[in-house]
Amino acid sequence: MTIASLIDTPSELTDATSSKTAIVLMTRVRLARNLAGNSFPGWAKPAQREDVLAACREAVAATAPMKRSLSINVDELSDLEKQILVERHLISRELSGAKAGAGVVISKDQTVSVMINEEDHLRIQVLRSGFQLKKTWAAINELDSALEDRLDYAFSPTLGYLTACPTNLGTGMRASAMMHLPALVIGNQMEKVVRAVNQLGMVVRGLFGEGSDASGSIFQISNQTTLGEAEEEIIKRLGTVLNSIIEHELNARQKLLEADAGKLFDKIGRAYGILQNGHLLSSGEAMNLLSLIRLGVDLGVFPDAHRCVIDRLFIEAQPGHLQHAQHGEFEPGQRDLLRAGRLRAEFANFTKPNFTLSPDGPN
Amino acid sequence: MANPLKCDLCSKPATVHLTQIVNNKVHKVDLCEECAQAKGVTDPSGFSLADLLLKASLNPEPAAGGMKCEQCGFTQADFKKHGRFGCPACFDTFSAIIEPMLDTMHKGTTHTGKVPQKALARKTLSDRLNKLELDLTEAIKSERYEDAARTRDEINQVKHTFGQKPPR
Repeated sequence: MTIASLIDTPSELTDATSSKTAIVLMTRVRLARNLAGNSFPGWAKPAQREDVLAACREAVAATAPMKRSLSINVDELSDLEKQILVERHLISRELSGAKAGAGVVISKDQTVSVMINEEDHLRIQVLRSGFQLKKTWAAINELDSALEDRLDYAFSPTLGYLTACPTNLGTGMRASAMMHLPALVIGNQMEKVVRAVNQLGMVVRGLFGEGSDASGSIFQISNQTTLGEAEEEIIKRLGTVLNSIIEHELNARQKLLEADAGKLFDKIGRAYGILQNGHLLSSGEAMNLLSLIRLGVDLGVFPDAHRCVIDRLFIEAQPGHLQHAQHGEFEPGQRDLLRAGRLRAEFANFTKPNFTLSPDGPN
Repeated sequence: MANPLKCDLCSKPATVHLTQIVNNKVHKVDLCEECAQAKGVTDPSGFSLADLLLKASLNPEPAAGGMKCEQCGFTQADFKKHGRFGCPACFDTFSAIIEPMLDTMHKGTTHTGKVPQKALARKTLSDRLNKLELDLTEAIKSERYEDAARTRDEINQVKHTFGQKPPR
């Protein structure tokens, strides 16, 4: 598979239709693994990095989920291609800036990606649309066991999987969910939620990880600690936290409707108007408008089937995807013009909002 | 207030005090206004207490300095600079500074999760093979031919076990 054909194929995220994705857009699990007897990527000499890269690429490509995968060195990718992969959560920002001797293997359906020589020799990742923690863990566990057949992992009976950064020791696992929490944001409750989630040993980040903002009211919630707890326990604990956040978000939506439905509908209606008629949209503003439309879908203002359109646009409104679609590189100002044009076209035929909710209330 | 708390990162007077309770264990970080701002503690989009604890534990300087990993040449000073280790063997070399760090960073200090059974079994076998081959050379050198024959049989047996692993 080539990078060009991968980019032109929609990702798992852009193709989801399940209503399970209402609040949890995507579930992800990643495992950090290293090869015994080799320096970690940040400390290894260039020749060692190349050796590890070759050994890992071969082992990864030989596993069942990686049949007909894309296997590529980072320095073979253009800046735009790297940006697109970051926007699809298939590689990290760190890998996209990596020096020579780094690579990535991505499965044909774009649900599995294995980064080589990022912070650790291997960063294995499986993603699924919607709330599917257990299935995602089962898939990555199987892939990890298949790799263990071929590679000698650095492992200590007391410290678990050995990783370059001590914060990843033990399971080397970070399980996370990407959540759409517009009502908690509108109701100014997010700060409280972040604090409570931190108390429970979980971390809240923006859409693109550490330091990124929470445009579009999208947050990533993941486990903070990796040592002293088995994978299944971490997954279970995270699941409980996620369910409680879902509950809070649903309550917040109910409260917004009860307190002042007119105000909420005004926000949704205006978002619709701007998306249909705007001519300059930054990616931050576009994300926030799309977030309101998505909330409208959840409330029954727009048909359920439109949710996956919004999820696709969340990604296509990103700078990398936008420039790829327009076949060129553009200044941020030009991009805002192009983005608005793209969204105008998309919303020209979008179903008109229906603000008369069913007597049973919002679904 | 005779003895005000100092910031864990820069040792200015601390005004922001964070407490996190995980599994009945209390983790505390004290920060000054500037570091708190810089680390995004006040930012609702989230920050990682683990990262802070990691940096705080590197500061002040540990008393025992000058350790060096024999496998990869990584030093304690390198860890202070990068916050990452050099190679898997570093965890043995620097165990004295790693252990206290883990207590504040993680839920426990001992791994209870998945174990790479096959990789471990393979390592045990290859260690055994190396030792037997040494024994064999030794036995031949000192003309203990009966021992040598027995060792050779054992080597064949271990190699046979290897061979029975599923084809890769």
